[in-house]
Amino acid sequence: MFTLQEIKRSLLVSIWFVFLTFPLMVIRVDSIEKTVQWRWMNMVYVAIGSFLLSFVFRYMLQRKEMKSDDNGDDDKKDKTGRSFIHQGLADPRYRNIILGSLLAVALIFPHVFSTYQTSIMTTALMYVVLGLGLNIVVGLAGLLDLGYVAFYAVGAYTYALLYHFFGLGFWVALPIGGLLAAAFGILLGIPVLRLRGDYLAIVTLGFGEIIRLVMENWGEFSQGPSGVSNIPRPSFLGIDMSLDTALIYTYYLMLLFVIFTIFFVNRLQDSRLGRAWIALREDEIACQAMGIDKMKTKLVAFSLGAFWAGIVGVIFAAKTTFISPRSFTFIESAIILSIVVLGGMGSIIGVIIGAFILILLPEYLRALSEYRMLAFGAILVCMMVFRPQGIIGSIRRTYTYKKQTDGEVS
Amino acid sequence: MLKLENVQSGYGNILAVKGISLEVNQGEIITLIGANGAGKSTTLLTISGIVGCRSGRIFLYDEEIHTLGTDEIVKRGICQVPEGRHIFPELTVQENLDMGAFMRNDTQQIKQDLDYVYSLFPILSERRNQDGGTLSGGEQQMLAVSRALMAKPQLLLLDEPSMGLAPLIIKQIFEIIKKINLENNVTIFLVEQNANQALQIADRGYVIENGKITITGSADSLLSNKDVQKAYLGL
Repeated sequence: MFTLQEIKRSLLVSIWFVFLTFPLMVIRVDSIEKTVQWRWMNMVYVAIGSFLLSFVFRYMLQRKEMKSDDNGDDDKKDKTGRSFIHQGLADPRYRNIILGSLLAVALIFPHVFSTYQTSIMTTALMYVVLGLGLNIVVGLAGLLDLGYVAFYAVGAYTYALLYHFFGLGFWVALPIGGLLAAAFGILLGIPVLRLRGDYLAIVTLGFGEIIRLVMENWGEFSQGPSGVSNIPRPSFLGIDMSLDTALIYTYYLMLLFVIFTIFFVNRLQDSRLGRAWIALREDEIACQAMGIDKMKTKLVAFSLGAFWAGIVGVIFAAKTTFISPRSFTFIESAIILSIVVLGGMGSIIGVIIGAFILILLPEYLRALSEYRMLAFGAILVCMMVFRPQGIIGSIRRTYTYKKQTDGEVS
Repeated sequence: MLKLENVQSGYGNILAVKGISLEVNQGEIITLIGANGAGKSTTLLTISGIVGCRSGRIFLYDEEIHTLGTDEIVKRGICQVPEGRHIFPELTVQENLDMGAFMRNDTQQIKQDLDYVYSLFPILSERRNQDGGTLSGGEQQMLAVSRALMAKPQLLLLDEPSMGLAPLIIKQIFEIIKKINLENNVTIFLVEQNANQALQIADRGYVIENGKITITGSADSLLSNKDVQKAYLGL
């Protein structure tokens, strides 16, 4: 373990880190006094810290490799570990208990915690739905979409502008927003879905930017960069609600919607259409040879994904009561995509957990103040190194070998 | 059953098939042999509609099919086993076979066909819960053929089933092809580089060179043809 080689490597890493952080951590120029401070102690801290961290990192990496090396018993252990949640959910008794307690926690959440917490949780739930929507496109159908936020923007602006120009309410705008986003999905899909992989990613990325830029520059339509404000919160039978009640109401609304989405996506995955998507992701030519209409299947995936984004967009506009093009930058698309990849492509539970981690972690890391994003980035990197298949891999990947055929697998 | 009239097709600026006419009768095994780049695979891809037909006409039972989409053509009973197998690597063997029956709704019949396919290739039955990608080359080819059978085709298009396989396995696969043809009355259109093996089981054959049919005749006559022997059989 602690060979000379290892120590040498870690030493190199720490020297490199010291070099990189030298200007930041060691030199401090006081421009008023016109002096330069040399904080040598910081350099020592950085050196020791990075040395130890690199050691731990390499140790973990080695352990992981060793695990995947001997496939026999360890793989089985790993498998049971991985599918712990799946196993729990497979047994109907446990499933009811788990789901019941989760629902109970979700239901009493806003009454136990502060409005601030409820608000964050609502945001996280929104990203759960966004993640599940994108999961249809990326995880199931295998179409890399980097402009997903465009559909989210379409939904949000639909509600904002429909209210602004025509005074339409939340409940009317909700389906319209979803359908309009789906329509945009088809509109973009028709010319673009001939492309594959990287090319598709770039075109969707461009589309996302186009929507944002149109909203930013078409002043008389969307009020440009200043955005649309004073959007009403969701209404309930016309009752006047205080700010707190309205937030709690939005939370419950979102919760309901999340449950509906999970149910719907779950059914979708096992349907004929879901199978066609998975086949499409695996091999397009074979898919065609099986008689699946490639174009139609892709379009449905694209527009269904867009539909969820549109609906969440409407809820987002209603929750924040203010939207501007700044809410729909590329980084949003990247976060939603990270949720899908981090959680585990094609896995519903994975995407849900991924959304909570990616949205809640930065909030709760506020304690680390200015190092917040640094820690966040480090956690993401570690997660991808140690669990590239996502936190909860898709259940499809877990198959069982019969013991006697083990040796013949080539 | 299937008739090609002066069919041309290709990719971009390149014309790979330069006017091919051929005919496949019900219940036959037809083979199309030729060297690399002669246009064999393109011919198959054109029949199943994956590559567009530039000119000429393709008939299936007097119906023009070259204007239809791939899914429509598959619905009419033509199923292709693409070159290089193209199985779904992350689906299990069972799921791969289920995908083959994608266009069908008769659950009972599908179950029967599944049993039949498993009886043809017992090894697949043993591996039914294993991912397609973890199978060996020969097993993957068996899976690809089985998957096509699950679509219950009238005409099976096979593109180089012998590619990259050991001689013993090639022999086994060709025997099964013959068996499928006899037992299920499936017409088979076989594209092969392995001319010897293909002609052994075929009824008739076509030789394709540079996108054009040069020699045609019964399998026996092709096997004894001097030019074919020299160019494709290595005798």
